[in-house]
Amino acid sequence: MEERGHHVEEVFRHEYGRAVSVLVRAFGDIDLAEEGVQEAFVVAAERWPVDGLPPSPAGWIITTARRKILDRLRREASRDDRHAQAALLHERTEPEEAFAVQDDRLRLIFTCCHPALAPPTRVALTLRLVGGLTTGEIARAFVVPESTLAQRISRAKAKIRDAGIPYRVPSSAELPDRLRSVLSVVYLVFNEGYAATAGDRLAREDLTGEAIRLGRVLATLMPDEPEVLGLLALMLLIEARRIARADAAGELVPLPDQDRSLWDGALIAEGQAIVRWCLRRNTPGPYQIQAAINAVHSDASAADLTEWRQILALYDQLTTFDSSPVVTLNRAVALAEVEGADAALVSIRALPLDSYYLLHAVRADFLRRLGRAEDAVAAYDAALERTDNEAERAFLLRARGVAAGR
Amino acid sequence: MKQYLLSVAMIEGAPPRAPAETQRAYELVDELNAELQATGVWVFAGGLQPASSATVVRDEGGEVVVTDGPFTESKEQIGGFWIIEVDDLDAALAWAAKATRACGDAVEIRPFQENPEA
Repeated sequence: MEERGHHVEEVFRHEYGRAVSVLVRAFGDIDLAEEGVQEAFVVAAERWPVDGLPPSPAGWIITTARRKILDRLRREASRDDRHAQAALLHERTEPEEAFAVQDDRLRLIFTCCHPALAPPTRVALTLRLVGGLTTGEIARAFVVPESTLAQRISRAKAKIRDAGIPYRVPSSAELPDRLRSVLSVVYLVFNEGYAATAGDRLAREDLTGEAIRLGRVLATLMPDEPEVLGLLALMLLIEARRIARADAAGELVPLPDQDRSLWDGALIAEGQAIVRWCLRRNTPGPYQIQAAINAVHSDASAADLTEWRQILALYDQLTTFDSSPVVTLNRAVALAEVEGADAALVSIRALPLDSYYLLHAVRADFLRRLGRAEDAVAAYDAALERTDNEAERAFLLRARGVAAGR
Repeated sequence: MKQYLLSVAMIEGAPPRAPAETQRAYELVDELNAELQATGVWVFAGGLQPASSATVVRDEGGEVVVTDGPFTESKEQIGGFWIIEVDDLDAALAWAAKATRACGDAVEIRPFQENPEA
C-alpha cells in the first residue's frame, strides 16, 4: 500500500510538468491546466492503490485531467469566457493522440523563463510548473515565506495571461537570447543548491538534483544545442565532487584538498563524454568551456597532476565570451599555478569585487604563497567580514591560522 | 489580437538633447510610424507636451476640483505613446525595441484590458 502511494508521488514529480504543458496548450490557461492535473492526481491517489498502476501513468493523468477540465468548462460554459468556448470547440476537432508532448514542455519552459518576468520569478515558476515542486518546497529552498512565494507565482501567472506572454518556442532569430535566459534559470537553481548560502540543507541539495533533471529534459528536447549539453555536463561534473566537498564535520574542503576517490566516477564519465561531444561539434560557448575546465580537473587523479596550462587556456577562451570580474578571478587561480602567485596577484588588483568574499580569500592565498604573512592574514580578515556561511567561515578561519603560522 | 500601450519615458529636468539628435529622433520615429501603418499594427500614436502643462480634474464628493500639475510628482512622466495591435507580448516587445531605438528613450509596454466584443 505504502509502495503504491509512493508511485503516485513519484509520477507526480516526474509527470506534472509534462501534463501541465499539454493542457496549457489545449486550453490556453495555466491555472485551469494546473487545477485539472491536481484533480487528476487526487483521483489517482484513490484509484491506483486499488486498481494498480495504469500502463501509461502520464497518459492516464493527462486524459483524466482533460476530462475534469472539460466537465468544468461545460458547467461554466454559460459564462462569457472565450477561452472556455474556444477550448470546447478545439476539443471536438482535435483527436487526443495528436499531443506533441515534447514541444509542449519546451513551450512551457520558454514561457516560464520569459524575459518579461523578473529572474527570481522565472526560477520559481520553472520549478513549480516544469519541475512539479510545491510552493512550500520552493519557498524552503530559497528561504522565503511560502506566502511570498505563492504570491510571486500567482502574479506571474496573471502577467502571463494579461500581458499575453506567448506559449511557444521562440523563432530562430530570438532563440539564442531566450535560450540563454532558460539556461541561466537552470544554472541558478543548481548554484542555489550547490552554494547553500543559507537555509534547509536537504531542500537545497534537492535543488541541484532538480537542476540536473531540468538540464536532462532540455538536453532531450534540444539535442542539437551545444550550450544546452554544455550546461548539463558542467552540472554533472560539479555534482560528481559533492561528497568530497565537505568533511565529516561539514566543513568545506577546497578542490586541491579533496579525497578524489570519493568523486562519483559515473557522473564524471557522463560529463566528460558530453564535453568530448561538444569539442567535436566545435561551436564553443561559456557553459561548454566551463564544463571543459571541470573535465580537466576531473581527469587529474591527484591535485598536483592537474593540467593547469590547459585550464588557463580554457579560461582565456572563456574570457572572450564573458569578460566579467568573476571569470578573471577564477582565471587568476589557474594563472598562479602556471606563472606564479605574483603574476596572479597583479591580474586581480583592480577587480571591482570588493564585497565578494572569494576575492579576498583568493588574494589571501596568493599573499601567503608569496610569504607575505601579515598581508595574507589581513586579507583573510577581509574575507571573513564578507560571508555569514558557516562552512565558508570555518574554512577561512583555518586558512587564516595557517597563514599566521599558528 | 491584443492591444498594447507603448509609452515613452520622459525625465523631467533632464539636460536637453542637441538639436541634430532631436531631429534624428523625429526622423526615425516618422519612419517607424510609417512601418507601423504599412503593417497594419498601428492604432494610434502621439507626442505629449511636458507634464508641467498638465491639469488634474477630480470629483471630490460632487464638487469638481481643478488643480495644476500631473497626477504624480514622479520625475519620470509619459512623453508620448503608441497604441498597437499585435498577436502577443513577443510581437509587442519587438515593436517596442524598434520604438526605443527610434526615440532614444525607455519604452514601457502595457496591455489593454480585453474588449468584450473582441
